[in-house]
Amino acid sequence: MNRLPRIPETVIMMLGREVRVEITVLLFASLRDDLGSSSIQLEVPQSTITVEELLKLVKERFPVLRQRLGAVRVAVNQEFRNGPESIPERAEVALIPPVSGG
Amino acid sequence: MIIQLVHEPVAADPLMESITPPECGAVVNFLGVVRNQHHGRQVLRLEYSAYESMALAKMQQIAAQLKERWPVHDLAMVHRLGTLEIGDTSICIALSLPHRSDGFEALRYAIDTFKEEVPIWKKEYFADGEARWVEGS
Repeated sequence: MNRLPRIPETVIMMLGREVRVEITVLLFASLRDDLGSSSIQLEVPQSTITVEELLKLVKERFPVLRQRLGAVRVAVNQEFRNGPESIPERAEVALIPPVSGG
Repeated sequence: MIIQLVHEPVAADPLMESITPPECGAVVNFLGVVRNQHHGRQVLRLEYSAYESMALAKMQQIAAQLKERWPVHDLAMVHRLGTLEIGDTSICIALSLPHRSDGFEALRYAIDTFKEEVPIWKKEYFADGEARWVEGS
């Protein structure tokens, strides 16, 4: 099994005068298989976004994941977070499909 | 307290022994075991995969809740990852307590919460060659 990156890096880039933030989002299970990758990079136009905004961006930029996102929960720093909650800079972000352990 | 994700077979007896002090009258234990079919389709084996750091954090949280709500003396919560064959133990949750009635209730809470909150997924490999992730139960 591949080890996951422990702490995904958030890279802040200066593009002109605008601050753009790149968020790494970890993928698991079907999402990982569908995309063939254990993470995605999203460039966001402001330093913090909400969980809802993150999901919208993923839908737009990774259409292959779209149909599965309805059931997905978002974990921020390893805690489940709801739509209106914001994602702090440099947070560890993951998309969590319905779990099936046990 | 034993909270682990392991890649080797899970042996329940040593886990139960290690959490049982003389003052406890009850040890309750749940084992999840790989079954050979899902909705009538023959399953050959399973693969369990986890978001390991978060899974361990969630397991620690469940353990803390158990100790807060019931007089749990000690506990073991171990989930196996990787490829499992039919009959293999996927999870062992064992609790030691003074009395059995609290034990059954706490154990039920532990496995139910585990199945909702801990980011672990299983992929089923069927006899007909198909494989698919089980997402939700």
